[in-house]
Amino acid sequence: MFNNLRIALRWRHVVALAVAVGVVAACGAGPSDVVGGGGLVNANTKITLVAYSVPEPGWSKVIPAFNASEEGKGVQVITSYAASADQSRGVVEGKPADVVNFSVEPDITRLVKAGKVSADWDKEAGKGNPFGSVVTLVVRKGNPKNISDWDDLLRPGVEVITPSPLSSGSAKWNLLAPYAAKSRGGADSQAGIDFINKLVHEHVKLRPGSGRIATSVFSEGSGDVLISYENEAIAAERQGKPVEHLIPPQTFKIENPVAVVSTSAHLDAANAFKNFQYTAAAQTLWAQAGFRPIDPAVTANFRDQYPVPIKLWTIDDLGGWSTADSQLFDKSTGSITKVYMQATG
Amino acid sequence: MTSSFWARHLIRYVTLAYIGVMLVVPVSIILWRTFKPGFGQFWSWITTPAAIAALDLSLVVVAVVVPLNVVFGVLTSLLLARGRFRGRAALQSIVDLPFAVSPIIVGVALILLWGSAGALGFVENDLGIKIIFGLPGLILVSIFVTLPFVVREVQPVLQEVGTEQEQAAATLGSGPWQTFWRITLPTIRWGLIYGTVLTTARTLGEFGGVIMVSSNLPGESQTLTLLVNDRYARGAEYGAYALSTLLMGVAVVFLIVKTTLLVRRKRAKAAV
Amino acid sequence: MTTAIIPDPEAIRPELAQPGSQLPVPPEGLRASRNSGFTSLRVGVTALWLSVIVLLPLAAIAWQAAGGGWQAFWLAVTSRAAVESLQVTLGISVVVTVLDVLFGLATAWVLVRDNFVGKGLIDAVIDLPFALPTIVTSLVMLALYGKNSPVHIHLQHTPPGVGMALAFVTLPLVVRAVQPVLLEIDRDVEEAAASLGANGLKVFTTIVLPSLAPSLLTGAGLAFSRCVAEFGSVVTIGGAVPGKTEVSSQWIRSLIENDDRTGAAAMSIVLLSISFTVLVLLRIVGGRAAKREEKAA
Repeated sequence: MFNNLRIALRWRHVVALAVAVGVVAACGAGPSDVVGGGGLVNANTKITLVAYSVPEPGWSKVIPAFNASEEGKGVQVITSYAASADQSRGVVEGKPADVVNFSVEPDITRLVKAGKVSADWDKEAGKGNPFGSVVTLVVRKGNPKNISDWDDLLRPGVEVITPSPLSSGSAKWNLLAPYAAKSRGGADSQAGIDFINKLVHEHVKLRPGSGRIATSVFSEGSGDVLISYENEAIAAERQGKPVEHLIPPQTFKIENPVAVVSTSAHLDAANAFKNFQYTAAAQTLWAQAGFRPIDPAVTANFRDQYPVPIKLWTIDDLGGWSTADSQLFDKSTGSITKVYMQATG
Repeated sequence: MTSSFWARHLIRYVTLAYIGVMLVVPVSIILWRTFKPGFGQFWSWITTPAAIAALDLSLVVVAVVVPLNVVFGVLTSLLLARGRFRGRAALQSIVDLPFAVSPIIVGVALILLWGSAGALGFVENDLGIKIIFGLPGLILVSIFVTLPFVVREVQPVLQEVGTEQEQAAATLGSGPWQTFWRITLPTIRWGLIYGTVLTTARTLGEFGGVIMVSSNLPGESQTLTLLVNDRYARGAEYGAYALSTLLMGVAVVFLIVKTTLLVRRKRAKAAV
Repeated sequence: MTTAIIPDPEAIRPELAQPGSQLPVPPEGLRASRNSGFTSLRVGVTALWLSVIVLLPLAAIAWQAAGGGWQAFWLAVTSRAAVESLQVTLGISVVVTVLDVLFGLATAWVLVRDNFVGKGLIDAVIDLPFALPTIVTSLVMLALYGKNSPVHIHLQHTPPGVGMALAFVTLPLVVRAVQPVLLEIDRDVEEAAASLGANGLKVFTTIVLPSLAPSLLTGAGLAFSRCVAEFGSVVTIGGAVPGKTEVSSQWIRSLIENDDRTGAAAMSIVLLSISFTVLVLLRIVGGRAAKREEKAA
């Protein structure tokens, strides 16, 4: 009898604990991971933003502003950040998404082909790219190895960190910059490929999956130079990491597309969210977060923060993304892809 | 065998040093880093909306996985310990299989099976049931990796104890269900509880498999382990440590339960 | 993990211990037929459950790998990244397994044969790696051996860093395999040998070690399998440096995320084959050692 009593008491403890956990668990669940709650009370619509790995500093400022605006009242935005191509493939596979923000246009094109984004996503103002950046070189504080230009990356003993182009959008921008510089805008593509060849074979040892992971790996002590977005460099510096960034004399203009997923169940909210990015308020917030805005008035205000490099190549100089992507990054025939395949087998 | 004084002490202290360095020191560092800024910080980081949602999801997965594994685990144990049928050895190997499979491979296998381009892709495409990127995916991963636990704890007990008591009960008129409930179940009680606790701990801690099959959306499809990873990836290091400490607390509870069960098992054996 | 319970027959069936009690013999025929029907149903249900949960997913891997043809399979598993990842995985796993066997044996020894303050606590704490989520282990390792290491040991992105994480995770496996066997060993033989003049070391190597060999091998097999399969705990401390710290599980994940499904399936099959082979081999060797022990006893 004693045994039964003790067992009964023990079960009561377990049940009490379970109820307590259940009560805690029932209250306060939500998508915000900010201390002090944050997030929306009384949200009546929920949309999911699937983004590439580095724009979190920007979105975390813009989303609350969206919620404060008329169109965005009561719209909860859930965010997901990971490597651009991985996210794009995920959405094709069925990952829930209402708005997508990728690093490079081909990741949107993949969705267009899969019927998830309408073909005229880039026909409106801004051509679908509400913000952008430039390719920069990030070095240790004090620039101990004296890096100032692309050729310095090929000096013996310099290890370069750049993500893998199979999964990362950042990787594509990172390689387009020296390619455009060395090939003079595609005029001498062999020279460009030769540079990339030397760079990847002799100076790139790691294959981080995304721009954000590349920054992590660099911050943890690997490598001498990180090629990354200017906004990512600014974010790392603001976090107090002992790094500094420099813009090489010739670099590449980064444009990051935002598009609405046409199969979304909340098209109005999604469109409102997308359109909000082009308002002056949002553009200012993007600029404050380290991204280069596209609104000319806002750009003028932030001119000091975002210097213009001596030569800024753009994707149009290389014939647009459809040409450049298939020529350089095609899975089997792209010239840069082949360089990577040879390096990794 | 009596070893010399020196040998005994050497082995003892070298071993204790190894365990200290391998186990105690790393765990202490995390506890130190978590509680240095004070308990308040810790509490606020484990009660953010995303953290509570992650707790919810982890508990839901446990609530589905554990009963299923217990029921089928006991069934399988009975079969393996008592049954005589063709393919018994094969069944035994299949039960042991999950131990050798990497959680990443489990994720890959489930994607190749249930994904929209997978062998059973029609389930998602035509029937609209999302397994990958949905709750069923998380559950299937957890069931796979925790499948052997209950069986490995219950089967040996059944094998040792034998069927005499059940046979006796049967002749005295007890039906199979009654026999199971009143005779078999109490016999396997401790092994079953321990297996259940192991299954729960492992399910809460599953990471490699769930990162493959989850859509990883905060507030929706992030388990506790996925949230820890997310926090670390975006630089919220303290938040990652705080949640890790919570999970470590669960692990410590598990250890306490395990030790208690062991003590009770010994007592039960001694008392009879 | 599992301690074998050898119950006292009298303890379970007290009615038999009492004189004069007689259990009626059940009618064989009736029971047998009811049992076999029951058994078939149970076999069927269990087989269905195990198939859906375990066999079908693994079959899907085989199906995907086969679908690409032999050429694609071979290319995927002999690519430089694949081979390097296998070298890293197997190399580090072997070293860690040896470490586990040595320290696992020592730990089991200390827990069974030695006595000191806090022994019970240590015994309980040994299982911590079982209960800790692998991602937590990864962060723990990084906190201790990463860039901000309080002891100024920096192992991030190095093979020893991966090794430490694997050693942490597999610590209990050999200990828990050897411990119950060590507990059950009959010490009479050892005492006899000692009284005949054999010193401690000789007694250990000629009498104790052979009887522990099967469980040591089982533990080693489990530890090796776990090392080869591990992912979560090496993620942050390893850094996936190709050729140095990128383990096969990470490479497989890269493959599937880059949509190379056939490649991922092929590498998975290779990894699984390695684990199974080692486990089976060790079981055979362990079984033979056990048989030899039985004959010698």
